[in-house]
Amino acid sequence: MRFPAAAVLAVLCGLIAVTTTAHATQSGRTPLPEIAIAQPGQCVEPKEVMRREHMTLLRHQRDRTLREGIRTKKYSLNECIACHASRETGSVIGAGGFCQGCHDYAAVKPDCWDCHQPKPGRKTAVKAQP
Amino acid sequence: MAALSAPAAPPIETRPRTGVFIGLLAAGGLFLLLALAAFLHFEHSGHIATGMDNQIVWGIPHVFAVFLVVAASGVLNVASIGSVFGKPDYKARAPLSGLLALTMMAGGLVVLAADLGRPDRLLVAVTHFNFKSIFALNMLFYSGFFAIVAAYLVTLMNRRLNPYARALGFLAFFWRLALTTATGSIFGFLIARSAYGSALMAPMFIIYSFAYGLAAFLIVQSAMYAWNGLASNARVLARMKNLLAVFVGAALYFTVVMHLTNLYFAKQIAYERFLLLDGGVYTTAFWFGQIGLGGVLPLALLLIPGAGQTRVVIASALVTLGGLAQMFVTIVGGQAFPLDLFPGHAVSSRFQDGIVNAYAPVPGEFALGFGGFAFAFLITVIAVRVLPFLPRDAADASALKTTD
Amino acid sequence: MNERGDIGNNDNRGNNARDGNNGRRGFIAAAATLTTLATLTLAPGIRLIQIAAARPEEEAASAAVRWGLLIDVTRCQTGCEDCVAACGKENGLGEVARPRTDAQWIRKIDLKEHATGRALSLPMMCQHCAHPPCVDVCPTGASFKRADGIVLVDRHICIGCRYCMMACPYKARSFVHEPHTDQNPEVPRGQGCVEGCTLCVHRIDRGETPACVAACAAAGHAAMLFGDLNDPASAISQRIREVRTTVARADLALDPGVRYEGL
Repeated sequence: MRFPAAAVLAVLCGLIAVTTTAHATQSGRTPLPEIAIAQPGQCVEPKEVMRREHMTLLRHQRDRTLREGIRTKKYSLNECIACHASRETGSVIGAGGFCQGCHDYAAVKPDCWDCHQPKPGRKTAVKAQP
Repeated sequence: MAALSAPAAPPIETRPRTGVFIGLLAAGGLFLLLALAAFLHFEHSGHIATGMDNQIVWGIPHVFAVFLVVAASGVLNVASIGSVFGKPDYKARAPLSGLLALTMMAGGLVVLAADLGRPDRLLVAVTHFNFKSIFALNMLFYSGFFAIVAAYLVTLMNRRLNPYARALGFLAFFWRLALTTATGSIFGFLIARSAYGSALMAPMFIIYSFAYGLAAFLIVQSAMYAWNGLASNARVLARMKNLLAVFVGAALYFTVVMHLTNLYFAKQIAYERFLLLDGGVYTTAFWFGQIGLGGVLPLALLLIPGAGQTRVVIASALVTLGGLAQMFVTIVGGQAFPLDLFPGHAVSSRFQDGIVNAYAPVPGEFALGFGGFAFAFLITVIAVRVLPFLPRDAADASALKTTD
Repeated sequence: MNERGDIGNNDNRGNNARDGNNGRRGFIAAAATLTTLATLTLAPGIRLIQIAAARPEEEAASAAVRWGLLIDVTRCQTGCEDCVAACGKENGLGEVARPRTDAQWIRKIDLKEHATGRALSLPMMCQHCAHPPCVDVCPTGASFKRADGIVLVDRHICIGCRYCMMACPYKARSFVHEPHTDQNPEVPRGQGCVEGCTLCVHRIDRGETPACVAACAAAGHAAMLFGDLNDPASAISQRIREVRTTVARADLALDPGVRYEGL
């Protein structure tokens, strides 16, 4: 007797969904990322959209800004940083940083911070690192 | 037609002794490890850890990488002479030639990739393409080279697919000509610097590749024979020796034409004066390395009657050394000579304008470069162990003496 | 002081016009033809309204504009590096500590003519060519020219191959040799990518002049004039029509956006 592949897949997906949902509801069993929102309020898109789409939004914005010179604020990385920087560290990365907290959890390393300043505000130049 | 149309050679045990094999792996692995350490160090600290700077932007790693890439395309010629021009002596060597083409190309490209400022973004080079860039076109040529030569190798080594070997051999031959044209054009298309910007770069790189590739092939072939306790076929060796002499002579000819032309262009005289007379290490590398060690001396070794296996291998090693010297002169020397920003004026600035740029490579750069050789070497050693790549001349099989 | 008040430099708008130029300059006539661009001129060099109106932020840079610089070599002072310092400060380049590897988006070059011994000093930076070799050679398209003529590096896809540095006849590009953490948020930059003068594109998009131009005016030299080369009424276009200007390495026919006067 052969099972149709689709049926097997569906059963498997269902199992995974049930088990993960069960885990998520059992508070304390599954570690969750610590996301500190410095300034609670309404983001530029609903939370669910931002969680899924923020990198897509940022990528499109970055190309528009750099290549075409369109500097709208809505999905600008600097605007994200201005709102989300930690009150303690003034940064979105580092311990408790808004970006790093979640990205560490998801084990996804964005390379934004190789070039971008993770702290808000316009810094005047300081001496280059020794 | 079959690529290996010669009657099958009698079975000979061609696997090197296991001890030798392990030793070779260890030696190659050691160099590869050193290269890996250098790569991680440079990637972590940035290129500040190298001797390169904003004036000499391509250094020793590029010298090795471009040499390997150029030699890789040239080493395929041995197979082409067999498949395209139908010479049986070369057909027997086609599989080894194809294998070396693949491994040396891989070695060169690994070094190039490791020396990128953002090696983590290597994939970007595949997903974003500027078709006007000869560098981008080179990436297409390199990828195509792997695919075509691999397919060619399969048709050579699989008896059922033998009939396709000739067609693929043709394709590989023209592809490699286009590839080396594109590699030479990386420098040929540079308008900014006195050393480059010449249509001669492409054909000159092709002829260089003939010489470097054949030299590399002869070295590897002799080593394989030695490790297997076999002697090379004297008649075949004499032919390949003469061919190498022709290639080395042609490479010298192109070099002479290039510099003679420059000497007639008033705007190029300052650069030629630098390279030929007062360029310090670059002048030495040119006359002593590229012309002397890599040209005149091997020509003498090859053409003076009585050249045997040892002399051919020494000449080949010299051609290889000369090739590295040539790449050093072309790549680093071309950058060391200052840009002529304002003709008719002496210039000076805090950004090293108007002066010959200094370059002091660090050991890690050499480690990276040798790592490319090690990478090619390791794949070759393993491939040769598991598949029958050893050239066997059926007609002279009886002359092969085994010491195993 | 500057008679050719530059965009965004209201403070430095001088009225002590250079001698001998007033009569030759038809700014009033030109001003009459100006309407929307609002480079309204009252007298030579004295403008009532600046072109400070920046593009709306949602509007893309337009090919109708071509930004350019005119550098008056006769006014550029030997030994003055105010433009270089301002560039470093604005773009977070830091001070030059390691001259071989530090980024230099703009540098001062001292010239001495072989034949006559005539000495000059001038700033050299990305010349924002109309036919930039760096853009041609870039394998990934990271080097690109914006619609308004500014040549930039897209660091998101720059792989750090440095071929553009081999191709640039002006040595205008630098490679970031070490990690940085002190970036200006408006000017992201980091290890492993190639970079060069952006003409302070972030300032231009706000309607300001590049930092070097502002610093030169602030120093009272006013040797740098910034503006739209495509606009016949812009101060820079008018000046280029009036005086003989040249470009560096004119033989290469790259059509640079930076021109030199008095070279």
